[in-house]
Amino acid sequence: MSTTPITADQPQIGTARVKRGMAEQLKGGVIMDVVNAEQAKIAEDAGAVAVMALERVPADIRKDGGVARMSDPNMIEEIIAAVSIPVMAKSRIGHFVEAQVLQSLGVDYIDESEVLTPADEVNHSDKWAFTTPFVCGATNLGEALRRIAEGAAMIRSKGEAGTGNVVEAVRHLRQIKNEIAKLRGFDNNELYAAAKELRAPYELVKEVAELGKLPVVLFSAGGVATPADAALMRQLGAEGVFVGSGIFKSGDPAKRAAAIVKATTFFDDPKIIADASRNLGEAMVGINCDTLPETERYANRGW
Amino acid sequence: MSSSNPVIGVLALQGDVREHLVALAAADAIARPVRRAEELAEVDALVIPGGESTTMSKLALLFGVMDPLRERVAAGMPVYGTCAGMIMLADKILDGRDDQETVGGIDMTVRRNAFGRQNESFESGIDFAGLAGEPVQGVFIRAPWVEAVGAGVEVLAELPAADGPESRIVAVRQGNLLATSFHPELTGDHRVHEYFVRMVESA
Repeated sequence: MSTTPITADQPQIGTARVKRGMAEQLKGGVIMDVVNAEQAKIAEDAGAVAVMALERVPADIRKDGGVARMSDPNMIEEIIAAVSIPVMAKSRIGHFVEAQVLQSLGVDYIDESEVLTPADEVNHSDKWAFTTPFVCGATNLGEALRRIAEGAAMIRSKGEAGTGNVVEAVRHLRQIKNEIAKLRGFDNNELYAAAKELRAPYELVKEVAELGKLPVVLFSAGGVATPADAALMRQLGAEGVFVGSGIFKSGDPAKRAAAIVKATTFFDDPKIIADASRNLGEAMVGINCDTLPETERYANRGW
Repeated sequence: MSSSNPVIGVLALQGDVREHLVALAAADAIARPVRRAEELAEVDALVIPGGESTTMSKLALLFGVMDPLRERVAAGMPVYGTCAGMIMLADKILDGRDDQETVGGIDMTVRRNAFGRQNESFESGIDFAGLAGEPVQGVFIRAPWVEAVGAGVEVLAELPAADGPESRIVAVRQGNLLATSFHPELTGDHRVHEYFVRMVESA
């Protein structure tokens, strides 16, 4: 684990507190997938707290097939230059060299993402080795804690990216929240067995049982397409939302992006969500997750 | 101000609201989130948390909180801003968006993201004027600094610049307004929040 100074006069970069603290600043916000500088500006204008730079939005990755990789550094640099808000970018699972490249480009967060084609089917990247913080996806508590053990400073429930269908996002967030609630009820004796069952380090399991939440910020991702979807994820306990294809695959991205930002802040106010939902034009065409073959389910990637 | 515990709101449009609520409660204030003008009217003081200042500013305008907030500040309500909150309290900002509005109130010029991007984010011990004991652990995240202050502004903390002899102003107070570049709410050390609660009690 990275150490935190107590009386240091020397400034320390890349501490766990600085990495996790960055995610704390994003809470209540919307992080939007963008594929170029123009989209990044639209996202910033709409009130996004950060943008995720990637080559193709997940819906197009699904459509095009093939191997999905880290984006072109030029494109990432153009996006960094275009906006003043934080810029995130994706590396493949286990592709620590892509992560090294992203760090060298100065991105503010690295998403070790199942949306890209995994580079390692056993190991995720050692995220403690980086100054740049990482966000990782999870479908359940054990997976979230394994990522945190590897150094992830933020977790997002995976959902099923590029479908415009919120059902998997709901499933994964509920799963994580339910498992946390269950831990709360365990006594100390039971936490060891719980750790074994979760396949996660005992110390982290104990910490979650005490806090009643993850030790890092928890966002939701994968399938949010409407303001009501975003508010739903917030009411279910997500501290913020990632929106991928849902914005720039819709009829009026600028308007929809601003509407999702409003609904994310006022997630518990149906009148504001209603107003935000008016006249948004075409939502992205969704995919029924039941009809997705197992091999095309991104959420199954990562372990 | 009565002798009962002050009610302090945390502007909850976006950002690390929860951490401030916890810190304020630990400093013996009654803390509650504030997202609407009606909720603002019911608090004695306000914290503007860390977060993304462009998002916060946009939402404050959209939902009619900006003007009531400016009126309360003009009327002397104590406000403490951290990071994005410091930007919101600045009369002038640099490196903001062209259309970015602030609440204002402190006669200072604040440079947004002045310490750099996330890879340059850091923590460091800081001597904070008026706080006894150990230095405050300052957590700086894509943090702003204060580039210039007016005559009425008291500088509470500075950091030596990495690249030169001059230092950077990272904490200021003007009347009932307090601002820090860094995030005491992330450390579990509640002395800065206690300092603010004392400001509120004597306002």
